[in-house]
Amino acid sequence: MSDIETLENSIMVEIDGAEDENALEAVRVAALGKKGSISAQMKTLGKMSPEERHTMGPLLNGLKARATEAINTRKDVLKRAGIEMRLASERVDVTLPVRPNPLEVGRIHPISQVMDEITAIFSDMGFSVAEGPDIETDYYNFTALNFPEGHPAREMHDTFFFNSDKNGERRVLRTHTSPVQIRTMEVQKPPIRIVIPGKTYRQDSDATHSAMFHQLEGLVIDEKTNIANLKWTLLEFCKAFFEVDNIDLRFRPSFFPFTEPSLEVDIKCDRSGAEVKFGQGEDWMEILGSGMVHPNVLRGAGLDPDVYQGFAWGIGIDRIAMLKYGMPDLRPFFEADQRWINHYGFRPLDMPTLFGGLSG
Amino acid sequence: MKFTLSWLKDHLETDASLDDIVETLTMIGLEVEEIDTREAYKPFTIAKVLSAKQHPDADKLQVLSVDKGDGDPIQVVCGAPNARAGLIGAFAGPGTYVPGIDVTLGVGNIRGVESHGMMCSEHELNISDNHDGIIDLPEDAPVGAVFADYAGLNDPIIEIGITPNRPDALGVAGIAKDLAAAGLGKIITPEVPSVEGKGPCPVSVDLTSDGAAEFCPAFGLRLIRNVKNGPSPKWMQQRLKAIGLRPISALVDITNYVTFDRGRPLHVFDADKVAGNLSVRRGTGAEEFLGLDGKIYKPGKDHFVIADDKGPESLAGIMGGEASGCSDDTVNVLVESALWDPLTVAKTGRELGVITDARYRFERGVDPAFNMPGLDFGSNLVLELCGGEPTDGMLAGEVPEPNLTIEYPVSEAARLTGVAVSAEESADILNRLGFGVSGIGDTLTVHVPGNRPDVHGKADIVEEIMRIRGINNIEPQPLPAMGAVGQKILTTGQVRTRNSRRSLAARGMSEAVCYSFIPKTHAEAFGGGAPELALSNPIASDMSDMRPSLLPSLLAAAKRNVDRGTGDLAIFEVSHVYHGMEPNDQKRAASGIRRGTARLEESGRAWSGNAAPVSWSDAKEDALAVISACGMDASKVQIEAGGPDWYHPGRSGTIKLGPKVVLGTFGEFHPMTLELIDVSGPLCGFEVFFDAIPTPKAKANRSKGVLTVSPLQPVKRDFAFIMDKTVEATLVLRAANGADKKLISDVKIFDLFEGASIGEDKKSLAIEVTLQPMDKSLTDDEIEAISNKVIENIGKTVGGVLRG
Repeated sequence: MSDIETLENSIMVEIDGAEDENALEAVRVAALGKKGSISAQMKTLGKMSPEERHTMGPLLNGLKARATEAINTRKDVLKRAGIEMRLASERVDVTLPVRPNPLEVGRIHPISQVMDEITAIFSDMGFSVAEGPDIETDYYNFTALNFPEGHPAREMHDTFFFNSDKNGERRVLRTHTSPVQIRTMEVQKPPIRIVIPGKTYRQDSDATHSAMFHQLEGLVIDEKTNIANLKWTLLEFCKAFFEVDNIDLRFRPSFFPFTEPSLEVDIKCDRSGAEVKFGQGEDWMEILGSGMVHPNVLRGAGLDPDVYQGFAWGIGIDRIAMLKYGMPDLRPFFEADQRWINHYGFRPLDMPTLFGGLSG
Repeated sequence: MKFTLSWLKDHLETDASLDDIVETLTMIGLEVEEIDTREAYKPFTIAKVLSAKQHPDADKLQVLSVDKGDGDPIQVVCGAPNARAGLIGAFAGPGTYVPGIDVTLGVGNIRGVESHGMMCSEHELNISDNHDGIIDLPEDAPVGAVFADYAGLNDPIIEIGITPNRPDALGVAGIAKDLAAAGLGKIITPEVPSVEGKGPCPVSVDLTSDGAAEFCPAFGLRLIRNVKNGPSPKWMQQRLKAIGLRPISALVDITNYVTFDRGRPLHVFDADKVAGNLSVRRGTGAEEFLGLDGKIYKPGKDHFVIADDKGPESLAGIMGGEASGCSDDTVNVLVESALWDPLTVAKTGRELGVITDARYRFERGVDPAFNMPGLDFGSNLVLELCGGEPTDGMLAGEVPEPNLTIEYPVSEAARLTGVAVSAEESADILNRLGFGVSGIGDTLTVHVPGNRPDVHGKADIVEEIMRIRGINNIEPQPLPAMGAVGQKILTTGQVRTRNSRRSLAARGMSEAVCYSFIPKTHAEAFGGGAPELALSNPIASDMSDMRPSLLPSLLAAAKRNVDRGTGDLAIFEVSHVYHGMEPNDQKRAASGIRRGTARLEESGRAWSGNAAPVSWSDAKEDALAVISACGMDASKVQIEAGGPDWYHPGRSGTIKLGPKVVLGTFGEFHPMTLELIDVSGPLCGFEVFFDAIPTPKAKANRSKGVLTVSPLQPVKRDFAFIMDKTVEATLVLRAANGADKKLISDVKIFDLFEGASIGEDKKSLAIEVTLQPMDKSLTDDEIEAISNKVIENIGKTVGGVLRG
């Protein structure tokens, strides 16, 4: 074996034996550094005869190239091993729980959700959303709606009163959303198609009645809308809202001072279990009151009842929320119990739309 | 309104089943609320006690052998004092539900003796309060027969809800008339024979006092002498009991029976207890009147009484008095049938707090046409059941004639219901309902009978025709579409309400809906509690005042949740607050509170570190999030230190737009506020009044404009200043920004340091200023110049000194 081969062997052994990048660097300096073993051999080339140089030149250059490559290869291996070792030391327990997404934690109250569902349905039928004050005058809550002073019909509403003011006028908390019918007709000429969601108040409290509750009023006024249209509108609404195709409604005569004829509407359902099921069963459950707007109401709002006509209805928002989403008791709606809202509430991005499905 | 099936059939000849009758009632507007088929009575059989022996181990018990008609006597232990061999009574076997004591029987073992059922008392069967002994039937009672059939307890009871417009259906006869009109049978209500009187009624009625003639248009009266009062007959008692009335005596029961049979309230006076003549007059407010309900009333000048020489004997149209009431000793009876003004009766009943079957009918309207027939009907029943000699009927005033006529275009039914009804069919239905109809053509002339005070105009006639024809005959018709694509239908306020809710929920908060009324002390503590905003009849004393703010409701809710063990809580409400009585005083507000460590990014304990307690800054973030959700750039608002009294004075702020417009408030709560609501902190909250946020101007198009970005790198420079602790950060930011409004694109505060090393009344604020050149790169000199301007501005405006 020549000296060069011996040198090469020993360098290669050292390269392979380098345990880390520092050791490898030492090997590199010892071989290829200014005072390195290969560099020393290279320096001898200058003193050689051209023939010797012609032989030894390529040999030494080959050695230098192979040593350099071996060092780079070894460097790569050591770098990789170093990274692997660091990564191994950086290992964490990714099964540790993380903070919940606020979007999954927050809740929308079922009343707000149902109001949005209702808005989605009625906007599709060309209705706008109107509003009015909770504190009402006797005129808007009763008189303009054809409740005569002192009439027993007023006692159907367990009214909350304020004390009389200096003029002897006594305001009330509205007992229904119907006053907004009048307020709307006073400022808007027909055709009118509005729904009126809002808070209403009656002096009543049990599992299905609360001193405060929410009502959705509807009003259509034009020159030809009739009871056949009323039946269709409410049927379509119930189908869309309850998301059941085979809804069956029963319309029966009733009495509200501000409609004539007046109709109460029952929905067919199965009440045998803990939850009410629609589209099946043989029970009828009352869900809303409706009728053709009374001529006196139209007249009072400045509309000629022989020209203008239309229908109105009122439905309990809390009640249809309970029926759709299975809450057994109305009172917790207003208690802000975190456990209740966690269970019955909706996530902030559960936006009811007709294109995406009301309840997703 | 309750009645029994057999009672209805006194007036209606029909083959219809109970189910058909019930269905029809509901569909013509007389909604059936309850049916008691009285199935519960079926298991009770008539049984005979064969032998009665002393119980071996109980003094008061006997061991009976009872024959229930099947020849297989059984053993029953019985404690009734009247139990004896030979007694025939009502027997209930094991498995029977006994309504009066709410118990389902089993086979019992009473002190070592087996008992296979019970002999029942009237109380146990719920037919009377009598619990002194078991039912003791006559000897001829058929042993083995169903007791209910024998005792008349098999008559189904129907209860209907009568809407206030239908006084005609407050008597069984009226209900029968509606059913007959709907095709369910024929009216067989007997005519009322007139009473042959012997001489004039010796008692007169004076209607001349102030207002009496208006209040009482007609007053019929008859004296019947030498009656013999006592229990009313069994059939009458059974009907009255079935509808929940307690039989008292024949004379009293007759008035109740006529009330329910014909919707005609009557009154009977014991004539011997009436002093002199009767008059209808106003109350004085001073006289005391003892009603038949045993209560004392003081009718005032707005209330009318029937008085004799001694004083009030009756609250007119509502209730008779104890002093002149009939008893078993009554010999001479005055029967009254009168008409009273509905509104006055309603007002009197309301103000004196008395509800009776008479008031219920008079305030809805009693048929004037039946005033004198009603007197005769009642008199005939008195004569039949109690004997006696009647005088002529006397009438003070005049019975008003119905005079309402409606011109009814036949096309009206099609206009309002969508279904045309011919003139002939319309007239036929109206005739069957008792309306007079003439002039059959395109327009009918309809005469409204006196028993239908609810019918005023064309729409009422349409309702009559529609309900009798059947609403099911109206096919649904689509509401015509308004246009191809729906328009925006929500107002700005409605959009802001929805966006505020969703954006707060997206911040991990839960929506609450709380009552609009809160305790007075809470309202006062939050700037409300004005006397005009207090309810005069609150449902509870802690639900008395309209809330001026949503915060007290949320704090009270926090207390309830904390009491239940939920300490970390983030809740909000978007609703109305009430600052006055007018519609404009009702404002939209969004409010929220956070308690414990319920922060946006983190709450509670975690392996990565425990969440810090909530503070003013959490509330400020929430408030600004609402302002952004309402479409306003939150960087455009001003924050002023300090807020309303309910906050911590040094840890609260007010969000303003200009010097006057307050958009909201935020902060940590004042300890006294928390003490009042009895809830512990840490608690912070906010309130935003989004009606105060200006509505953005309508734009001609929806273009967002061209985006201009600089091709040049931004330059950042950091500074730290020492200044007085009281200097507001807003001023520092404004001063830095002011150094070069064109080049400085952003200023951030990235450090706040307070500590003894820089002086107790000092703080250090570190800011990062970003310069964004647009046309050419900045030279070092230019950057230096702007830096110096920043330092100079902060020194000048807030006294900040560059930290060495």
